[in-house]
Amino acid sequence: MSAIVPDEIVDSASIAAASAKRRSLLALAIRNPSVIIGGVILLFMLTIAILAPVLGTVDPTRIDPASRNKKPGVEITYKQEDGTSAKRTVLMGTDSLGRDVYSRVLYGTRVSLIVGAAVAVCAVGLGLVIGLVSGYVRWADGIIMRIMDGLMAIPGILLAIALVSIWRAGIVTVIFAIVIPEIPRVVRLVRSIVLTVREEPYVEGAISVGTPTFILLFRHIMPNTIAPLIVQATFTAAAAILTEAILSFLGIGIPPETPSWGNIMAEGRTLFRVFPHNILYPGIFLAFTVLAINIMGDGLRDTLDPKMSKKV
Amino acid sequence: MSVAQQPVLEVRNLSVSLPKGGDRAHAVEKVSFTVNPGEIVCLVGESGSGKSVIAFTVMGLLAKALKPTSGEILLQGENILAASEARLRELRCTRMSMIFQEPMTALNPVMTCGEQIDEVLKTHTKLDTAARKAKIIAILTRVKLPEPERVYASFPHQLSGGQRQRIMIAMALVLDPVLLIADEPTTALDVTTQAEILKLIAELQAGQGTGVLFITHDFGVVAEIAHRVAVLRWGELVEMGPMEQILSRPSQPYTKMLISSVPSIHPVHRGVRLEGVTVLRTDKLGKTYSGKSFFQKARTVKAAVDVDLDIRRGETLGIVGESGSGKSTVARCIARLIDPTEGKVYLGDTEIATMSARKLRPHRRRVQIVFQDPYRSMNPRITVGESIIEGPMNFGLQRDEAIARARKLMETVRLDPNALDRYPHQFSGGQRQRICIARALAMEPELLIADEAVSALDVSVQKQVLQLLDEIRVRLNLAVLFITHDLRVAAQICDYVAVMSKGRVVEYGSAEQVFGSPKDPYTQALFAAAPGRNWDFGKAGAA
Repeated sequence: MSAIVPDEIVDSASIAAASAKRRSLLALAIRNPSVIIGGVILLFMLTIAILAPVLGTVDPTRIDPASRNKKPGVEITYKQEDGTSAKRTVLMGTDSLGRDVYSRVLYGTRVSLIVGAAVAVCAVGLGLVIGLVSGYVRWADGIIMRIMDGLMAIPGILLAIALVSIWRAGIVTVIFAIVIPEIPRVVRLVRSIVLTVREEPYVEGAISVGTPTFILLFRHIMPNTIAPLIVQATFTAAAAILTEAILSFLGIGIPPETPSWGNIMAEGRTLFRVFPHNILYPGIFLAFTVLAINIMGDGLRDTLDPKMSKKV
Repeated sequence: MSVAQQPVLEVRNLSVSLPKGGDRAHAVEKVSFTVNPGEIVCLVGESGSGKSVIAFTVMGLLAKALKPTSGEILLQGENILAASEARLRELRCTRMSMIFQEPMTALNPVMTCGEQIDEVLKTHTKLDTAARKAKIIAILTRVKLPEPERVYASFPHQLSGGQRQRIMIAMALVLDPVLLIADEPTTALDVTTQAEILKLIAELQAGQGTGVLFITHDFGVVAEIAHRVAVLRWGELVEMGPMEQILSRPSQPYTKMLISSVPSIHPVHRGVRLEGVTVLRTDKLGKTYSGKSFFQKARTVKAAVDVDLDIRRGETLGIVGESGSGKSTVARCIARLIDPTEGKVYLGDTEIATMSARKLRPHRRRVQIVFQDPYRSMNPRITVGESIIEGPMNFGLQRDEAIARARKLMETVRLDPNALDRYPHQFSGGQRQRICIARALAMEPELLIADEAVSALDVSVQKQVLQLLDEIRVRLNLAVLFITHDLRVAAQICDYVAVMSKGRVVEYGSAEQVFGSPKDPYTQALFAAAPGRNWDFGKAGAA
């Protein structure tokens, strides 16, 4: 029997290159132009939300009957706390109660971003856990998926109306109402990935070395779901921001005293023909935010999920 | 006209460059060869040798990233490299045709087979519908498909793999091209089907005087079908000559090495020891799959029926069979990756077939499995070291002890222990398979199952891994269950052989007995179909 020559080990230079390639997936995503554009707009919105109090805003809930329905750019006189009057220009006009639209839109950014982020995190988190169980535990699969089918049949708006009548209108109710119908989508996505990955030889290999189910799911199966879930999370966030605006516009979302883009638009609806600025500005902000998230999601999908990419 | 004397295909000094950043500059470098009318030329080489690139270059189907940089390809004197896209389209099917490895993906699943052949005729001839139909039925008859009328109207999924490959051949030959390129046309098929397809290609080709460029990695197939052989390595032509000369008196060291790596079909006498302790025994093991559905009658498939096997310590039992014979099902039942539906599996004295998952866990250690595909059998996201120590740590070993064990095992499988912190994608297929063996051995198993563990490897690497497995078996006195479809591999490594067909063991005995005087008609047919059974490669290569 001839001696076996040990396989030569790949030289260290090529190994360094190869490891760099492995880690670079997220780095690659960050270099994608769509991700950059979307990210920059989103970052801008986030800055606005955080810095709203110092960006020349006044109390967004302050009613000023003296300067109702002012058009953008008009100079108004208002009373300060100490009783003296001062003048300032209303950038985006005032609404029919004399509240400053500019301040309301900026503060409204907070609500929208919180709703978008919270819904994405909750829906993806819950969906991930349920999906892993459903995909891996055979007997639970049928039961869970039928429940998910049921949940999917509930329209978000109807659920929101129901919840508002049971509890009361508020940001938690809104988030809850949007999360519930989103969960089944995530569950289906995760489940389908688990079903394919669980047949992979390396998962079977891990089973045969006695790896406990929890570690098996966490270490060998779950990492495969991360990239598609990041993509799914962006789209969920965009949809959630839109839904929140719709709910608020219909008066079943955020209570009217809290400024949110949907609320501002609902406020301006009656006098839309005469004073379009009430709807225009929150509308622009809403459109740009949703667009930015969607552009970013597209870019992430192209880099993280090559199978779904349009370019390849 | 001297067309008959002129070679059908002449490749002169062909070089094809690879995109920058590859492991070498050229996929194919300065390759020259000819294919004469009525001749079968085999291009042989291991993976990455550039054999498929040559085929695709000839057909003008090369991926855009690859560019032919020099040389010419003459098809009956016409330079293909200079031909326009329109001219190439004209030439394909009429003058040159190609058949592919995977007949399922090469056919359109939503068109009937007849329509697909009809498409070729519609594009290249002016025949009317009736004449086309007659021609298709004629070619379907010529490729020996039963009931050509029915096949004409069948969709690809309604036919078997062998029948689909016949459809591909019919489609390729319907316009009597002068050149047929066959790219591993039988690799995806079972041996008995492979033998039929090879026979068919040889017959059709001899009848029409077609020149065939046959691409394969299998020297058995070469011995069966080739007139002349060209051996490729890293894109360069190593050696070319008549088949007998190359197989029995190769002149180049690489060819010698390749041919001596091909396992012989004659089993080696390995001195079977009957006194060993029985490690594994199955008793009427069976697995029935039943597709339960709310609305339909339950469909049942018996993947394994009444399988009785036993393996003693230090012994290798081979399970041989074609695809769908149930050999992997048996292996996976024994490893309890799937639950058997009938019968018993005794691991030593412990019955594990019906054990609950919780009770089974301590016994998992005792049976370890090495899978076929080295690229999918390790988690790509964790280092190979983590993969190896995972099992021992599951069973309570401390991390540093487990790492020490892993380092020792890396030496056992002849890899550098310092490579433990690398990721699987940094290793070649053969190296990964060694790591998988190390991972299995880390559990100190009593039984090692190798499920087609060398089938995805090139012959030279395959030989090394087989030697390693055998060495480990001797050194650790391990029982090995070796699942394979390759009779040659089985002959070299197994003490006992069980031949499976349609879920049942049809023949079971010592390797010498089964290979020397097979009794069951199925076993006999299987051996008769083994390509190149009359060549003893091991000896020829060594000479």
